[in-house]
Amino acid sequence: MDKVKVYYNKFGLPRIIIISFLLFLLIAAVMLEIPISALISDALVRTGMNGILVLSMVPGILAGIGLNFGIPIGIVCGLLGGLMAIQLNLYGFTAILVAVLISLPLSLVAGYLYGLLLNRVKGSEMTIATYIGFSIVSLMSIGWLVLPFTSEEMRWPIGTGLRTTITLQGRFERILNQWGAFKIGDVVFPTGLILFMLFFCLLVWLFLRSRLGTSMIAAGDNPKFATASGINVNKMRIIGTMLSTVLSAVGIIVYSQSFGFIQLYQAPMFMSFAAVAAILIGGATIKKATISNVIIGAFLFQSVLVVSLPVANKILADVSSLAEIARIVISNGIILYALTQIGGGE
Amino acid sequence: MDEKLKIVIQEDSLGTKIKKALVSNMVTVFFVILCIIGYYYSGLTFGFLLNDLITRMVRNSFLVLALLLPVMAGMGLNFAIVLGAMCAQAAVIFVTHWGVAGLPGIGLTVLLTTPIAILLGYLTGQLFNKAKGQEMIGGLILGFFSNGIYQLIFLILIGSVIPFNNETLVLSTGVGLRSTIDLKDGLRYAIDGAWTLPFTTAAMAFGGLTILHGIYRYIKGLPSLGIGPKHKKYLLSGASGAALIGWVFYIQSTSSFVNLIKVPMVTAILIGLMCVFTTYFSRTKLGQDFRTVGQDRHIADVSGINSDKTRLTAMILSTVFASWGHIIFLQNLGTFSTYGSHEQIGFYSVAALLIGGASVTNAKISHALLGTLLFHTLFIVSPLAGRNLFGDAQLGEYFRVFVAYGVIGVSLVMHAWRKQIEGKKRLSQ
Repeated sequence: MDKVKVYYNKFGLPRIIIISFLLFLLIAAVMLEIPISALISDALVRTGMNGILVLSMVPGILAGIGLNFGIPIGIVCGLLGGLMAIQLNLYGFTAILVAVLISLPLSLVAGYLYGLLLNRVKGSEMTIATYIGFSIVSLMSIGWLVLPFTSEEMRWPIGTGLRTTITLQGRFERILNQWGAFKIGDVVFPTGLILFMLFFCLLVWLFLRSRLGTSMIAAGDNPKFATASGINVNKMRIIGTMLSTVLSAVGIIVYSQSFGFIQLYQAPMFMSFAAVAAILIGGATIKKATISNVIIGAFLFQSVLVVSLPVANKILADVSSLAEIARIVISNGIILYALTQIGGGE
Repeated sequence: MDEKLKIVIQEDSLGTKIKKALVSNMVTVFFVILCIIGYYYSGLTFGFLLNDLITRMVRNSFLVLALLLPVMAGMGLNFAIVLGAMCAQAAVIFVTHWGVAGLPGIGLTVLLTTPIAILLGYLTGQLFNKAKGQEMIGGLILGFFSNGIYQLIFLILIGSVIPFNNETLVLSTGVGLRSTIDLKDGLRYAIDGAWTLPFTTAAMAFGGLTILHGIYRYIKGLPSLGIGPKHKKYLLSGASGAALIGWVFYIQSTSSFVNLIKVPMVTAILIGLMCVFTTYFSRTKLGQDFRTVGQDRHIADVSGINSDKTRLTAMILSTVFASWGHIIFLQNLGTFSTYGSHEQIGFYSVAALLIGGASVTNAKISHALLGTLLFHTLFIVSPLAGRNLFGDAQLGEYFRVFVAYGVIGVSLVMHAWRKQIEGKKRLSQ
């Protein structure tokens, strides 16, 4: 009985609820004769496409800035990279590579400045990050209207500014997904996408085991102790923030190529919430996160979303919004739960 | 000798005083300038702006005032007033469904709303007590979360689980409410329309009240005459009241559009009562407890104040006031979006309060009212100014949204930064 309790505490109530919910959905899907193979394929694709965005949470949490609600900063850098790739009229892997390369310096600079800011507001990073993220998204909404991109594909045919969604069809749509994709039965495995995600997970894993990485973790874990042992805590926090911003920039490029569209204007506004929710579902807390949290979390969260949509549609004929509601309740519920676990802030 | 010295000091510091006032009210000054520029380029007439502004002030002030108590209790900006708005909206939907119109409808709405708001306020307070120091992000997320629950109830459960037979409100499938609800035959203008006066009359009455207030302050302040900067305040009240009356007389002699503007008096009086309540509340025992808890929870606990309970009370009051504020908001609006009207309430109200010069730890009635005025002036002029300046109304709209998010972000940053510097100072001492 004690063992059960230990496992229960380790696993946490929200994860038990979510896993049972997923199991319930899967059983319902089987009973409603929804093709499971299609669901699994979808879940794999969406895990891969969200994976790096979720991964971007890890350096932030470990460096001690908490859940990085400010990833829209990195996201707009990534979007700028993607737009530049189209503007330069590039196709295929070159386009993705150039998009990443362009977004890299942008997100490094933005992440550095953002890190400087976060060092001055210790203790209330999360609220501030949320509003900084919102501000950047609305500032860039003005940016998308006035930036001098000239490609016909991106601009509104009439009027000013860039389109709300820009299709990547024929450019680099699903290029990673299709690379080396193979079928197991009816399940399509998006090899390139998953490998790309795992490659970045490996990079972060290696970084966390490097000297710099361990100092960063020490700084985030116990700033006073770290300072005493000669670690520059503020510098480590900036490194964590920069890394998080860069990863989110790469993350949105991967997301866009898999989605098939670049979404501008208000679209990145709430992307951070999905990423935060996913890593929390994976078992991370506001102070601790591992790579396995990322993979498990992204897969669980996206699976629930993928499965709930067709199930909800079959049960209630015209109500497609149930899946959306489930997403809102689950993602915000898990964030609330995590906030109450900090321990009263005493 | 002593008195002379004092006067000398005051005169000496007048220049620096103005400078200090400007710096500490930077946000407000910036917005005043922004509003003037926006107004200039929007090409609106003053009468039109004033008319729109009165409507919007009446609509939103109460909600912004509902934010004051949690700030006093040290819980920061209460983004969770969305919950209060949500239960008001639910009550309005049911009252509309039952077809109770006018003031009885409002009475029924208040009766329905208040207990739910108390319950939700209590639960929010419990949550915040578990996440101390993270109230603001918690409130924000709680708003999103409860919006999910709200959608679940009104989009899925209504008509399928909750019996709700109403063709005009429910979607053609019989499940879920339509995305907009019209209050035309129900609660629209139920409070606003109960008693209206022409703007000129209302302004004159207001001017008279301000002068009376000045006289009251003068009489009450007599013993301490000449001490501190306070003794000038009644002069300010009297002078501004007189100026207002003078201006109204001038307006009445012209054929300005301003003469045609009407002011919903009942709503204005309700807002006034809320101001009076907040002022006097801070002087009661409970109000003092709020302040003590707001300054330092540990000291409060040591001196025998149950800080957790005080925080709960603050949240309950704030949620209830927010729900009443949202009833005023909805009846003024006339039609509302079922799934969207409440969403932005928290964010807009907080932005308005901060623009008025409030901070996370200090928010006054004057901040709330001035902020609402400035924020909504910007609301009215920015699309037009955007179109006239850049040829694109959307640009002005995005700019306004950016400014609203930005002002919240910047003031939170400034607050946290100041706190960190103060903490360092305390350590080094």
